[in-house]
Amino acid sequence: MPYLALSRRSLLAAAAVGPMASAAFAADAALLNVSYDPTRELYRDINRAFISEWKKKTGDRITINQSHAGSGAQARAVLDGLQADVVTLALAADIDALARRGLLAADWQARLPDNSSPTTSTIVLLVRKGNPKGIHDWPDLVRQDVAIVTPNPKTSGGARWNFLAALAWAQAQPNAKNESTEEFMHLLFRRVPVLDTGARGATNSFAQRGLGDVLIAWENEAWLARKEFGADEFSIVYPSISILAEPPVAMVDSVVDRKGTRAVAEAYLQFLYTREAQEIAAKNYYRPRDPTVAAQYAERYPAMRLVTIQDFGGWNTAQAAYFADGGMFDRIFTPGR
Amino acid sequence: MNRRATQESPAARVALVTLTILLLLILLLLPLVVVFSEALMRGFGAMVDSLAETDSIAAIRLTMIVAAVTVPLNAVCGVAAAWCIGRFRFPGRGLLVTLIELPFSVSPVISGLVWVLLFGANGWLGPILNRAGMHIIFAVPGLILATTFVTFPFVARTLIPLMEHQGAAEEEAALTLGASGWQTFWRVTLPNIRWGLLYGVLLCNARAMGEFGAVAVVSGHIRGQTMTMPLQVEALFNDYDWVGAFTIAGLLSLLALATLAVKASLEWRIGQRSEALL
Repeated sequence: MPYLALSRRSLLAAAAVGPMASAAFAADAALLNVSYDPTRELYRDINRAFISEWKKKTGDRITINQSHAGSGAQARAVLDGLQADVVTLALAADIDALARRGLLAADWQARLPDNSSPTTSTIVLLVRKGNPKGIHDWPDLVRQDVAIVTPNPKTSGGARWNFLAALAWAQAQPNAKNESTEEFMHLLFRRVPVLDTGARGATNSFAQRGLGDVLIAWENEAWLARKEFGADEFSIVYPSISILAEPPVAMVDSVVDRKGTRAVAEAYLQFLYTREAQEIAAKNYYRPRDPTVAAQYAERYPAMRLVTIQDFGGWNTAQAAYFADGGMFDRIFTPGR
Repeated sequence: MNRRATQESPAARVALVTLTILLLLILLLLPLVVVFSEALMRGFGAMVDSLAETDSIAAIRLTMIVAAVTVPLNAVCGVAAAWCIGRFRFPGRGLLVTLIELPFSVSPVISGLVWVLLFGANGWLGPILNRAGMHIIFAVPGLILATTFVTFPFVARTLIPLMEHQGAAEEEAALTLGASGWQTFWRVTLPNIRWGLLYGVLLCNARAMGEFGAVAVVSGHIRGQTMTMPLQVEALFNDYDWVGAFTIAGLLSLLALATLAVKASLEWRIGQRSEALL
């Protein structure tokens, strides 16, 4: 409970939160997992499993608090002082930004297996029942009669993967030049009527509010939308090329050291690689790393032609070239058209 | 033309009244109906169950804590400011009024962001406080600060015209008759402004409980910890938990309706009083 330190000093607040304060002290420890937008269901299940696992192992009760929003916005909040023990964000660049400010070790991504990404995902296209606009691949998106829903790459991590997946297609075309790829992205974003701040907001715009003909989305988010809104309402289109999305996890050293939660935070992140957690992730439509679990769910996750972030020179280069101020996104996107 | 300027033709009158009622139905009643029908989509039991969720209970409790600190604070400050402005003429009085009204003209998002810039880990005061183990933003104090800022003008703004209108004559009489400052305040000033004060407090409370933009910026969105009711509505909606989202939204709507009812009765009382004064 981050506010207890102050509320104990301030009489009025202490009187008001009294009942909550006693409940908090009864619990042994609390972790705050600051995560990106579509992982709400995933971490609800993971946390439940980890809490009972931790209790079995150590006898201690633990609380795990969750915070969800667009990945970029979450990184910003942690920079501004949100006391995250662990960050589980959409892409490495957002955690790099924290490392640059000294909140965690610069080599954070080497501290856990698989680039610190216990699961992967990819970017797919979600279309309405019967695919009325006949959308089968990236070039179909720039047609005049198509409206696209995708979130804002400035605040959403998923949106940045979306952007790169489309760009990967443009770059893979014969005779692709810088100008032609930028022109394709320009045409694509002309077809986007509104940019939500996070992936879940975009899914809701598309599925709940009925906006647009196609949603560019995380594979897990697309599957979840089919589960929530009915499998016959939407179909998933796997484009000819997409990107291997690796959402990384990390412990925030400066926070766990101050709060004394390093051991449990470490155990929590390692738990994500266990068979049990991988199974939970696969059930929540994330692609597991564990080969046995992956084989079990192979049918759900078709093999695709996937580029990686390394094909764009890594996140540092990609972030500067495409998403920083004056980058490609700023050049191609003019709102309100 | 022997028709008076204020007299419209019957057809125009009917058309205007119908249009107004239609607009009211569409803009006010329809959303209310939607909120409650969505909350009851899966039946009364599902709605009650969703209220029993720990995170939703925490959100309701937090909203009440924030209002319980914010409203009295703003009531005291509002009375002090209104007394100062309504009773005295001094240089900078206009500036003070403008300052009090500032939160009305500032976007709520900015009202939240200023606290991040002040108390954030990289803000002006944040690093010192953090070293002392105190966290203002992404914690309850930040929510209270942001809400206090946004709702600051309500009490003062209601009382200033009232106190200016009433004048200081009764207070001067009390002082002449030997009453102390506090006696004058409790026996003369406060009774005179009580309905206006209640009205301001009511508006302040409604806004404090319903504020979204400013608290969204300083909340950090920690489930069960820093989520007020409006934030919880958004979170549940994005969790695809529509019953839960609309149940909380329904609670907020009930609060608005109750506020409206009390406000109407207060207006009627104040109206009667000023008629009696005339």
